[in-house]
Amino acid sequence: MSQLVIFFVFAAIMVFAGVMVITVRNAVHSALFLVLAFFSSAAIWLLMEAEFLAIVLVLVYVGAVMVLFLFVVMMLDVNTARLKEGFIRYLPVGLLVAVLIAFQLIMVVGGERFGLEDYPKPVPKAADYSNTEALGAVLYTEYLFAFEVAAVILLVAIVAAISLTMRRRNTVKTQKPEMQVAVRREDRIRIVSMASEPRNGREDGS
Amino acid sequence: MEFFTDMWMALPEGLRAVLAASTKIMMVVGPLMLAVAYVTLAERKIIGRIQVRIGPNRVGFFGHSLWGLGQPIADAVKLLFKEIVLPSGANRVLFLIAPMLSLGPALAAWAVLPLNAEFVIADINAGLLYILAMTSIGVYGVIVAGWASNSKYAFLGAMRSAAQIVSYEIAMGFALVVVLMAAGSLNIRDIVLAQEGGVLGWFWAPLLPMFLVYFISGVAETNRAPFDVAEGESEIVAGFHVDYSGMAFAVFFLAEYANMILIAALAAILFLGGWLSPFEGTALASLPLLGNGIHWLLLKIALFVFLYLWFRATFPRYRYDQIMRLGWKVFIPVTLVWLVVVGVAVMYPPLWDWLTGFGLLAVALTLLLVVFRGAVKPSGVIMP
Repeated sequence: MSQLVIFFVFAAIMVFAGVMVITVRNAVHSALFLVLAFFSSAAIWLLMEAEFLAIVLVLVYVGAVMVLFLFVVMMLDVNTARLKEGFIRYLPVGLLVAVLIAFQLIMVVGGERFGLEDYPKPVPKAADYSNTEALGAVLYTEYLFAFEVAAVILLVAIVAAISLTMRRRNTVKTQKPEMQVAVRREDRIRIVSMASEPRNGREDGS
Repeated sequence: MEFFTDMWMALPEGLRAVLAASTKIMMVVGPLMLAVAYVTLAERKIIGRIQVRIGPNRVGFFGHSLWGLGQPIADAVKLLFKEIVLPSGANRVLFLIAPMLSLGPALAAWAVLPLNAEFVIADINAGLLYILAMTSIGVYGVIVAGWASNSKYAFLGAMRSAAQIVSYEIAMGFALVVVLMAAGSLNIRDIVLAQEGGVLGWFWAPLLPMFLVYFISGVAETNRAPFDVAEGESEIVAGFHVDYSGMAFAVFFLAEYANMILIAALAAILFLGGWLSPFEGTALASLPLLGNGIHWLLLKIALFVFLYLWFRATFPRYRYDQIMRLGWKVFIPVTLVWLVVVGVAVMYPPLWDWLTGFGLLAVALTLLLVVFRGAVKPSGVIMP
């Protein structure tokens, strides 16, 4: 009973946040509503005993991806009014495409594949069942190859992104930290010994 | 007594669970907030001593000055009665939510920290992951505050802070991954129990590089000196909370100190054996107070909090590019190498003793170097 209440509360928040993401005018508000939607879906995953996925959703999407998103969105001067120009004019075309896609989706995954009789109610696992261990065991045995391939693809993407955006400009003076760290006192100061100046009666500065 | 037990049992089960959980939360959050208040006093006292000053010593109770023990209370009362100024260009809702966003995660993370062998609010299997998630969402308070203030100083501070926190989170996460590999569990209680066996059983020695990376990243995560460019006074006034006043500012302040205590507690639990006694396994452990117990955890937390204050009094602020270099080019490679080394050690246990020996040797050599250099050439004196 309480689980049902929690589910509906979080589901309602998630749907509300999801709608706000695409309707709200301010881009930063939109990103923050997306964060709220992620949170609510993490709570729903927790209800489904998928605690690893739920926490990783918060850790990766909320804690890292959305922070960088916000970072970019805040620095951009997004004019939503101009972006929404012609919304009404293109609405019929957009609606047509949306209906077509929905129709195709229904053709492919029709209602006969859903329904409560096909999916029996999942049996709750024992309290000492570790979601993380189970996921790790599957990931590193059965799906090891796919997992590694995905990792390599991500690595290639990172290298590509860096090599596309990095450029060394020779005209700009930059610091070389390793040289700064390696500097010694002898490199910077020189102590000279010299004879002291003779008195000439002008010590008072006159 | 029986009457109360009967009363308790008469309550519905759901309500009992809620009441029990709330009581446990109060038992952690109450002392924690008090500790936060007194860390601020400790900071002013300790830094005062380091700088050959006395520090606050006037405000006491009932006419006695009591070494200034009333100072945090006086500060809190003052901030409570100050007006919260809302800048006219600010985004009202986000401006007021931001302080809560930064204090909330700092307190929420305590839910999975075991304080001794029995007491923990929620004993969950993915405890370490939960902590990583909670510490990673603390950055929202800073970003939202900087943006909602509609001020350039606040915005620059928020940008600096966000970039810094996201960078150091990676090294911190890797350090935690190494800890979970060494312990073989994500449950924090199991991680502490995996460190049984006295000082040499704790993870600080075999995971020495991770220990250093973790604590230094923790200092950077909390935006404390020497990594406090987010509030570099000489450049951007006070950074992201420049427009905050009164209690809204105080909540940011509380969040910073709560985060400090959290990082200190995590370092104590993950690398110094939490509530375990250093005398474990010897005859001394059977003496009162020398066995395992929460007082060891509190002592270790106090040690790390003192380190925080010591750093602040000792080091000049890092330059921004130096911070980024340390995070990306030093810490992340170090953690990656140690990840592989510990992976081998987990599969081939004899290597574990070598790692412990390596850690001990490194600490001994460092101490020797410090003492030896100090004796031969006093720093700051220019010999002719």
